[in-house]
Amino acid sequence: MSILKSREAILALAILLLLALIASRFPGFVTPANLGKVFTDTSPLILLALGQMVVILTKCIDLSVAANLALCGMIAALMDGAGIPLPVILLTVIALGAALGAINGLLVWLLGIPSIVVTLGTMTIYRGSIFLLTDGAWINAHQMSAGFKAFPRTVIAGLPVMAWIAIAVIAGFAVLVNRTALGRAFYAVGGNPHAAVYTGISVGRTQFAAFVIAGALAGLTGYLWVARYAVAYVDIAGGFELDVVAACVIGGIAIAGGSGTVAGCVMGALFLGIIKNALPVVGISPFWQMAISGSAILIAIAFNARANRAPGRIILKRAEHRT
Amino acid sequence: MTEHLGRQIPDRLTSPLTRALKSWEALLLVVAVLIFIANSLASPYFLDPWNLSDASFNFTEKAMIAFAVALLIISGEIDLSVGSIIALSSTVMGLAMTAGAGTPVLVLLGLATGLACGAFNGLLVARFGLPSIVVTIGTMSLFRGISYIVLGDGAFTGYPASFGWFGQGYVFWVITVELVIFGFAAIIFGVLLHRTNFGRMVYAIGNNAVAARFSGIRVERVKFTLFLLTGLMSGIAAICLTSRLGSTRPSIAAGFELEVVTIVVLGGVSILGGSGSIIGVVLAAILMGLVTFGLGLMNVPGIVMSIIVGLLLIAVIALPRLWSMARR
Repeated sequence: MSILKSREAILALAILLLLALIASRFPGFVTPANLGKVFTDTSPLILLALGQMVVILTKCIDLSVAANLALCGMIAALMDGAGIPLPVILLTVIALGAALGAINGLLVWLLGIPSIVVTLGTMTIYRGSIFLLTDGAWINAHQMSAGFKAFPRTVIAGLPVMAWIAIAVIAGFAVLVNRTALGRAFYAVGGNPHAAVYTGISVGRTQFAAFVIAGALAGLTGYLWVARYAVAYVDIAGGFELDVVAACVIGGIAIAGGSGTVAGCVMGALFLGIIKNALPVVGISPFWQMAISGSAILIAIAFNARANRAPGRIILKRAEHRT
Repeated sequence: MTEHLGRQIPDRLTSPLTRALKSWEALLLVVAVLIFIANSLASPYFLDPWNLSDASFNFTEKAMIAFAVALLIISGEIDLSVGSIIALSSTVMGLAMTAGAGTPVLVLLGLATGLACGAFNGLLVARFGLPSIVVTIGTMSLFRGISYIVLGDGAFTGYPASFGWFGQGYVFWVITVELVIFGFAAIIFGVLLHRTNFGRMVYAIGNNAVAARFSGIRVERVKFTLFLLTGLMSGIAAICLTSRLGSTRPSIAAGFELEVVTIVVLGGVSILGGSGSIIGVVLAAILMGLVTFGLGLMNVPGIVMSIIVGLLLIAVIALPRLWSMARR
């Protein structure tokens, strides 16, 4: 029996239980139409969580994703204001997001600075840059072109484009992580960096690649976020990086690197997304959400740690008891 | 990655004086003095004792926490929940205040909440062996989340006048109460880290936790104590900050964790653990205070200052590494 398999099963069970609990009092919540809405609403979290997942797989962490999202979103809105066509905007935000991720990646790769320090720093730098760019001004719905706002909401086969993008990225990640050399490298680097070096995998370069991927997704999500909510300002998605890390931790991505699956990550995001959407339905103040995601992180990490306690620790514990 | 074999061993050690002059702390001192001079040239209002006393609020609260976090980082752990501990402590004090509690009770509750939060972090990290970075990201959400549940978009105001002493009072002339607390905390933590067994244990754990355990150090207990200390210092900072602002909002002390970690790292504490000094943290705190005060005098908005803090954090770690790469 594989522990990994059962962990995803437990998470799926937890999600079904959560849905059943909500449905018992509010059956309207579990209609396909509403679940589709919940999925669409969770799409940004899924996109960022997948990016964060590959970063965490390589033993790093990216706390700058939300700031990256906000900066790219603002630039998308500014470009739209300048009359630049949407395809160009899309390409630019993805490239810009990737470039911002590359800055993180280069600092981690070439200078060997711990990722938490790098991204704590770039988090404030990226968000501050929005202020430098706009002087704190807001870009509101009426300042955005109709096409710019409509794209993520355009419904194709029952789901908006935003949800389809999330589905496409999930599929892409499933292939990337499970079927490509880079995907294996992510696991190898996180699982055992020294062994990875001996098999010819560059640890730094793999971490760099993970940061670039996470950045590109944050850039894309920046446009989707701004277009969907039809507003751009300095503080959009403030603190969202915590939700993203929470989604990964709940999804069973080991913070020590090297273990985790796309399915787990997506379910972790959906778990948070369902809670967030259910709170107003059940009649709990949205102010509860922060504490709930905090508790969810703690419970998930305690659970994950129990599942894969390293044998080395146990030997040490025994030695300690003997004395 | 940067391990190099055949490291050269010098024939003799450099004299203590040369080492002191070449140290990170000396560099910080020089930079602080330069910024002090630059500020006094840039603005005629800088050299006013009352202004400088006001400016000390820029760093005193953060520095109190930074001392404890420095020990934590030296031991190889981190605490990102300090800002949220302040929020929760402040909220508990606010609740007690609305229930009619007096200043002594408020102070006790503030300290107790800080200790409780620290104990919670410590329990999860030391007792259950969970990674401190995720634990404290979790409790960062949880503690502040509880404040949001209690306060929503409201605020507690109307603290008793005597409570204002901690954040607004003066011991004599321009020396504020907070500055005195900062000074005492610096001395206590300096002695604790550099002159006691406990301090040696902290270094030992940060350099090699496994070896430390085999040499008889109760690693878990030391780490738990460090989280407790961080909680306590956050509680003290919460009392000072709440007293100074005279109100509690759930967003109080947001982003403190970044500035605290920046002060610690700027102070020469290795983020990987095992090395650092309290005097470095003191100098880094004063330096940060001078920078933000100077920028404030030049009407630089807060968010731009945070960019500079972020750049400082990265530059401080990147420059020495670039330097050693260039020399090799």
